Amino acid sequence: MDSTVVSTGTEEDKWGGGTKPLNVSYGKMMMWFFILSDALTFTGFLAAYGFSRFKFIEEWPLADEVFNHFPFLHGTDAPMFYVALMTFILIGSSVTMVLAVDAGHQMKQKKVAFYMLLTVIGGMIFVGSQAWEWKNFISGEYGAVTTKGGKILQFLDVETGKRVALEDFAEVGPRDAAPYGNSQGVWFESSGEYNATYTFEEVKKGFEANPNVTIRTQQLILNEETGGSEKLVLSRADALVKLNKDGVGVVEGANLTENEYGAPLFADFFFFITGFHGFHVFSGVMFNLLVFFNVLLGTYERRGSYEMVEKVGLYWHFVDLVWVFVFTFFYLV
Amino acid sequence: MADHAAHTDGHAAHKLEIFRGLVKFKSNTQKIWGVLIFLSLVTIVEVALGYIKPDLLNATFLKLKILNWIFIILTLVKAYYITWDFMHMRDETSGLRRAVVWTAVFLIIYLIAILLVEGEYIYEVYRDAAVSSDF
Repeated sequence: MDSTVVSTGTEEDKWGGGTKPLNVSYGKMMMWFFILSDALTFTGFLAAYGFSRFKFIEEWPLADEVFNHFPFLHGTDAPMFYVALMTFILIGSSVTMVLAVDAGHQMKQKKVAFYMLLTVIGGMIFVGSQAWEWKNFISGEYGAVTTKGGKILQFLDVETGKRVALEDFAEVGPRDAAPYGNSQGVWFESSGEYNATYTFEEVKKGFEANPNVTIRTQQLILNEETGGSEKLVLSRADALVKLNKDGVGVVEGANLTENEYGAPLFADFFFFITGFHGFHVFSGVMFNLLVFFNVLLGTYERRGSYEMVEKVGLYWHFVDLVWVFVFTFFYLV
Repeated sequence: MADHAAHTDGHAAHKLEIFRGLVKFKSNTQKIWGVLIFLSLVTIVEVALGYIKPDLLNATFLKLKILNWIFIILTLVKAYYITWDFMHMRDETSGLRRAVVWTAVFLIIYLIAILLVEGEYIYEVYRDAAVSSDF
């Protein structure tokens, strides 16, 4: 029966139906609202990071000291350069994405495919870079001592003020690891601590024997001259007292319960925020790959519209957008 | 196919002006490269400031270092151009733009304000407590 679809005769009126007030397709509009809700999820994460940072405002790790690695420049202090590079890679892949969308409007199949491929490659390089960043963060560089209060004590050279790694001064005691191998398990039972190469006693002995090493707490103090923040360095005498009174364990690198950089929450947020973002990039790469193959197969050519490229494009740019904020709040501020 | 025709027509009308009409590009492709150059410049400035950390910018304004204010403002500038030009928000109807942007801006400011105020309060509780939290 024709009467199931009725024409009201009021289509010309603003509220008579048949108008498209937002002038976009259903899919694109829903992608925008998904992005809106996802943006709020990331806001939740970043605002929680801000909450914890304000809570520990006087002892939060300095990002410059944590993220200072660059591939093939081992041992060089290169704060932020690698994340800056990652930012450029992601912005670059955003540009190839928007070029693909533009080529789609002109119905140029080969051009769309080419730019989609570049976007996928850019995304993969970014995820790989993040994995490398995680690897450095997890393995750590210098090692530190944990205290009863759950704080971190780091070691410095008295004269140069440079950081000193545990391996440079710890007095390693006897090890019974020799008869075992990695594959037999429990090989660390009586040598070193869980997650660490050395026991606390070994570090303490080494510290007492090396008068040129001192301790830096995670307390941030104001440098009156520059107005900048820096970590509180203890005198050698204070350091000995502090280590004997408060020290309990050794930590190397980072995990979800402790890390050698400072407040445990710092590592937790690093893993969750960059991990959640990395997961978005990974799924974005998958969507892009799917669309890339569809472009090659001519799916959108037959459909007569490359709007799907536009929709995954919106998602991809959103991932870039989030990174801009993560970059600022994790590495710069 | 009628839909498709309308679709391509709609996009023939990309808005090609940025910086409130100061710069006008000849084509959409050209605009994309122009925006890329602008975003890269902003990022370079951010990294340079983060690396040098000029002492001058350590002064505080509204409880935050001027350097951090600069970082946050530059981030928002970048976010604006990514959304407006890469995501083509500039070409959408004002209804869609407001539904997405105003909602986000309102809820984000609300969430951040509440959490940061609460975070600082807890910091003060720890700082002023009779019993030290670092035992």
